[in-house]
Amino acid sequence: MGEFITVKDMCHTYFAHEGEEVQALDHINISIHEGEFVAIIGTNGSGKSTLAKHFNALLTPNSGQCIVNGLDTLDPENTWEIRQSVGMVFQNPDNQIVATLVEEDVAFGPENLGVEPAEIRKRVAEALQDVGMEEYRQHSPHLLSGGQKQRVAIAGVLAMCSNCLVLDEPTAMLDPQGRQEVLSTVLRLHREQKITVVYITHFMEEAVAADRVIVMEQGKVVMEGTPQEVFSQVNHLKELGLDVPVAAELSYRLRQLNLIIPEKIITDEELVVAVCP
Amino acid sequence: MSINLQNVTYVYMSKTPFEKVAIKNINIEIKQGEFVGIIGHTGSGKSTLVQHLNGLLKPTSGTVTIGEQNIHSKGQAARQAKSRVGMVFQYPEHQLFEETVYEDIAFGPRNLGIPEDEIDSRVKKALNFVGLDFEKYAQRTPFQLSGGQMRRVAIAGVIALEPEYLILDEPSAGLDPRGRDEIFGQIINLYEATGMTVVLVSHNMEDVAKMANRLLVMKDGEISLDGTPKDIFQNYQVELKQAGVDAPPLTLLMNKFKQRGLDVDNTVIATDAAADSIFDAVRRC
Repeated sequence: MGEFITVKDMCHTYFAHEGEEVQALDHINISIHEGEFVAIIGTNGSGKSTLAKHFNALLTPNSGQCIVNGLDTLDPENTWEIRQSVGMVFQNPDNQIVATLVEEDVAFGPENLGVEPAEIRKRVAEALQDVGMEEYRQHSPHLLSGGQKQRVAIAGVLAMCSNCLVLDEPTAMLDPQGRQEVLSTVLRLHREQKITVVYITHFMEEAVAADRVIVMEQGKVVMEGTPQEVFSQVNHLKELGLDVPVAAELSYRLRQLNLIIPEKIITDEELVVAVCP
Repeated sequence: MSINLQNVTYVYMSKTPFEKVAIKNINIEIKQGEFVGIIGHTGSGKSTLVQHLNGLLKPTSGTVTIGEQNIHSKGQAARQAKSRVGMVFQYPEHQLFEETVYEDIAFGPRNLGIPEDEIDSRVKKALNFVGLDFEKYAQRTPFQLSGGQMRRVAIAGVIALEPEYLILDEPSAGLDPRGRDEIFGQIINLYEATGMTVVLVSHNMEDVAKMANRLLVMKDGEISLDGTPKDIFQNYQVELKQAGVDAPPLTLLMNKFKQRGLDVDNTVIATDAAADSIFDAVRRC
């Protein structure tokens, strides 16, 4: 697997009120491989969203480098190509829907890229099918549920033929069912179409589904590894103010009671089997 | 004094092709001192229901009374009754608008015609309740605070109105786990300190299970379940699933142990109690 995004020693500084500097990203070094599903977790203000915005050149580094698909985000010549290959989905579905019909909304991206109308039709139909929204193509987006709106937003990215999907807390405003719809859509696209996924979330049960979890704190990457490696460090995550999946927390407490439970349990099923073999 | 909804039905966009019955024939009494959790699928009518509690929406049919007062009758008494109910909307920080935190919180009480020195003490009290230091934050602009802090300022603005009923629509959406725990901790403190009636709409079953003493489950515009969280999460899992919601993750996990034949207590709501229960059950077998 090649590297799709490479971040080298990257810093980003905001200027807050009265000229006060806020270092949102502090010497970040990470790489995201082609076809990988990476979850990023961290408290509010830890720099997750700032980092994500570098992945499609909405922000550029103050120092260091962000290379996306072989292109340096600092070079303005590359901006459009980067944005075409990396699509973003944000938290609030209502802030990213522009058209009055679902299919027009999905067509908005490719239209702006100057794609041929026949090709746009084909892409829109495919994209809506990929997210399971084809029967809503003639519907008005504002009457859809939150989970449906987010899936339309994902279809909009697919229609641009992007090969990387960056989602910034896509489920924060959704009910449990909507969350499930969005997560399983993303997982399926990742599996079937090998799309590279960067998924920012506060819901640890979503992060468990990723290949790799990156934990951020105060602009730095403080932990990195498989979900098993990261979520078995219950104490460390709690200190950072983060949750762990309920099975991980419970197995941690059971170990404290001297019950013999293997390390690295993060799902209900693993725990139940470990306790009642 | 309680809030009473009698046969309340609300229809959106009546007499258009988009006509939709949002809630139908709701009969509930919310008693003083209750902590009511409302859960349900998106579109089940939760937000429509709570907007009836302070007269933001007028029922298509049916009546809403606070105490003896019908809140949709004309005159001073109805207005006063409505002002007893404070409402914190989803993403309340989007409604911040003043130049300083102090002014934003003072806006509501000032509109009620409360004298300045009283306003001052209310602002202090409200900031204290949401855990923000008065000296440090009162004169800052609200727009450069973190998301969690902005949310707290917005909640303080409603608390400063000193409502008898506090309605919160998804107060933890988008906050990190620590921010969420802080906000809920403060709501619990406020509830315990003032005896204020709290109505909480949430998608987070775990929090509802921990805090509410009464739970309403909404489905297709109707209240499908009404009882204690313990009873509902334990005994009505099929109905919960039908309503598009689920029991808290810990309850689901404990149920899996039970299905596997381990005699654990599936009514626990805290992980340490769950660990004890599993430990005891394992030792017994």
